[in-house]
Order: sequence, then structure tokens, then C-alpha cells
Amino acid sequence: MIPVLPPGVRLHWDAVRGSHVLLAPERVLMLDEVGHAILSRVDGTTPVDVLVSGLAADFAAPVEEVGPDVTEFLTGLARERLVDLHA
Amino acid sequence: MPDGSRPVPPPIAMLAELTHRCPLSCPYCSNPVDLARREAELTAGQWADVFRQAVALGVLQVHLSGGEPASRRDLEEIVAAARDAGLYANLITSGIGLTPERIAALVAAGMDHVQLSVQGTRAETADRVGGYKGGFARKMAVAEAIAAAGVALTLNAVMHRHNLAELPEVFDLAERLGARRVEVACVQFQGWALENRAVLQPTRAQVDEAKRLVAEARAARQGRLVIDFVPPDYYADLPKACMGGWGATGLNIAPDGAVLPCHAAQTIPGMRFANVRDVPLAEIWYRGPAFAAFRGTDWMPEPCRSCDRREVDFGGCRCQALAVLGDASAPDPVCRRTPGRAKLDALLAAEGNGPGLEVARWRRIGG
Ligand code: SF4
Ligand code: SF4
Repeated sequence: MIPVLPPGVRLHWDAVRGSHVLLAPERVLMLDEVGHAILSRVDGTTPVDVLVSGLAADFAAPVEEVGPDVTEFLTGLARERLVDLHA
Repeated sequence: MPDGSRPVPPPIAMLAELTHRCPLSCPYCSNPVDLARREAELTAGQWADVFRQAVALGVLQVHLSGGEPASRRDLEEIVAAARDAGLYANLITSGIGLTPERIAALVAAGMDHVQLSVQGTRAETADRVGGYKGGFARKMAVAEAIAAAGVALTLNAVMHRHNLAELPEVFDLAERLGARRVEVACVQFQGWALENRAVLQPTRAQVDEAKRLVAEARAARQGRLVIDFVPPDYYADLPKACMGGWGATGLNIAPDGAVLPCHAAQTIPGMRFANVRDVPLAEIWYRGPAFAAFRGTDWMPEPCRSCDRREVDFGGCRCQALAVLGDASAPDPVCRRTPGRAKLDALLAAEGNGPGLEVARWRRIGG
């Protein structure tokens, strides 16, 4: 499964509020550190499992814990069409 | 107790009304009846300055609207300026005035998203409502060009008594055009729409049916189409918050540069609006009298003042209070906890079987 940010959805640094945000049609999502770490790895070519092992290494957390969190986060966004999940 | 000392947050979104000019003449248009003329419009250079000030203030998204923004030949320049300033650029258009060439130029300028409004799903009804023959066919051609350019598309439909039954067709059309979102709003009674309230007001049965259709479509189309639906609040018991509270999340710039807390604020008598030509945007947001007028809870009358929902709905819509009760500082007449509700109920009873579309007053500059 390869996550992709669809057209009209992009990451942005909000300098006034000092926060990473996801900008989308009629939506602004304030991202925490983890949310930003996940989405900044979404480049349209990296599969979820590669993304998960990278995150697990960076956050020094076990893959078995990171995996479900990442999947839940991405499928939640996919339901709102803020992320596309390609086979 | 109301707390007036809370700091004012920076705005997130800005509606930039680039022009009041529009080739269509929808009877539900929420533009003011007294439309601004071309000579009074801000130039692209002035807009670029406004965008930079807006970003410094904290605005993240700009909604480029009108009238019909494509009526401005410098729209491409304005979109580029919005992106240069660091804004997410959303174009709200009827599609009329756009060509595949202009769409390509807008994409090159950095346009993030397009909201295409439809007046109906069939050429016959849509063109009758829009008052523009051939408009529907041109709109479909524009939608195809947007899809071909790979730009994110949302279909906007304004529903009213004469087209609510077409809802499922709106969803079909959205998917056929490659839209990822559809926004269905029920006509709001402000500006021109207010003059046509009796003609457009949906019945309660229609609204209930619309809610059922939306719930059904959301389930059936999950993951393909996101459906935003704003039911008309005349049939609700409690009001909706005004855009997260007056002067709390967003601001509007009128074509001539007047800065408004809400697109309908100019209907409120006695309210004065500072202009970006004269006053810095941050000054207007944080200290402008129009923004202070209904911000927070200090302005509230009873029963809002001591109500547990005062920071949930902020007393509802000021413009609706004005339109129905003649007093912008009254609680929203939708609220069943307030005496104003009786007036709204009487209105609904009287207009439940209002006249047909024939008597609607069509929007015209100088009309
Ligand atoms: S006052 Fe009413 S019309 Fe104006 S923004 Fe608020 S809810 Fe909308
Ligand atoms: S009384 Fe005022 S604050 Fe309370 S629900 Fe009604 S409108 Fe909202």
C-alpha cells in the first residue's frame, strides 16, 4: 500500500502559530510531531511498511507499535479523501 | 460570566471577493443588493499587498470569490500573488469565463483547488435558475478541463425548494466529473436571497428527505466522495455558530477593499467598515469596531448571556437576527430558548406554500 497526498492537499509550515499544518479543500489540520513525521514521508512512492520502519527507527519504537498507529492515521485521512492509498 | 479579556486568535481563512460582476443572475445570490462597480475594485497589486498582510496575520487559506472571479482578466495574476504570499489558493467559480487555456494558466499560477458551483444537474433547470442560456453546457466543459489539468475539484450546489429533489443527481454528477468533494448548502437568506425568501424556502418535508438522502449517499460513497451538507437552520431548534464566532476565525474583503467580519455584515445598519486602502489589516482584525461589535460574549443580551451554549453557538447568526427580527444584536431567531422563535415560526408557516420561481427577483447590477 502506497500513500499519496492527492491534488489540493499539501503540507505547510504555519509560522504565525509555530505549527506544521495540512492544507486541504476547506480544511486546515494542525499536525503534531508524529502526524507531521508520517505525512512528510508520504512522497507517492514509499510504501507504508517502509515508512513504518523508518519512523520506528527515528522514534526508537517497535515496528509492532508504530505500524497500527500509522495505518489508523492514514486510513482515517483516506476516509476524508485527504490521503489516497494506492495498491 | 462572559469573559471579555480572552485574547483574540489570528484568523485562519479569508474570503476575497474580487468583483461583484457575474454573468449569471441566481436569485439566491448572497451578494449585497447594492453591488460594487468595476471602477471601485482593488487592483491585482493591491490584492498582493493584502495577501502578504493576511499571511503575516495568520491567514492560511484564501477563497477567491465574487461575483464571478473569472470576470477579472487579471485573475491569474491574483492567484499567483496569493501563492507567492504563502496562501492556499481556492477558487470559487461558476466556471463561466474560464477556458482550458485560462485553467492551464491558473494551474501554472499555483491554484490549489477549485469549487465549481452548479445551479442544477440538468441543462434546462440549471440554466433557468442561473438565468443564463447555455451556461450548463459551458460549465460541464470547464469541469472536464479542470479534471484534465489534475486540479482538485469540489462541486458546490445550492439547494432550494425547486431543486432539492435532484440531490442524488448532484452526487452522481460530482463523481462523473471527478470531484472528490461536494458541498451542498441550502440557500441562506441574505442579500438577494433574502428578497426571494418566500420563493426559495424549502419545506420541512423536503429538508428531512434531503437529510435522509445525504446520509444514504455518505454511506454508499464513502472513500470516493466527501459530502458536506449544511441543512437550513430554520427547521433546527438551536442555532449554528457563526463561523466559529464573529471575528474569531475568518474575515472577508469586499471588492472595494472594505473588510467585513462576515459576507452579509454590510446589511447591518450603522456598522462601519475600515478599508485595506487606509488601515493595516492587523489593526482592523484586532481593533476594528465592526470586528469588536459581536466578538466573544460581552455584547450578548439575555438569555444568551447566562446560557450554557453561549460559547458553543455564540448566539448564532447576527445577519439572520437582523433579517428576521430587524435587530442584529438579538439572539438568532432559530433558537427555541428565545422569544424571537415565534416570529420565525410565523414566517415559515406563511411561506411554506410560497410562490413559484416565476416571481423571483433576478440579480442584476443596478437592478
Ligand atoms: S453572521 Fe451569519 S451570515 Fe454572517 S458569517 Fe455569521 S453565520 Fe454567517
Ligand atoms: S439562548 Fe443564545 S446562546 Fe443560548 S442557545 Fe439560544 S442563541 Fe445560543
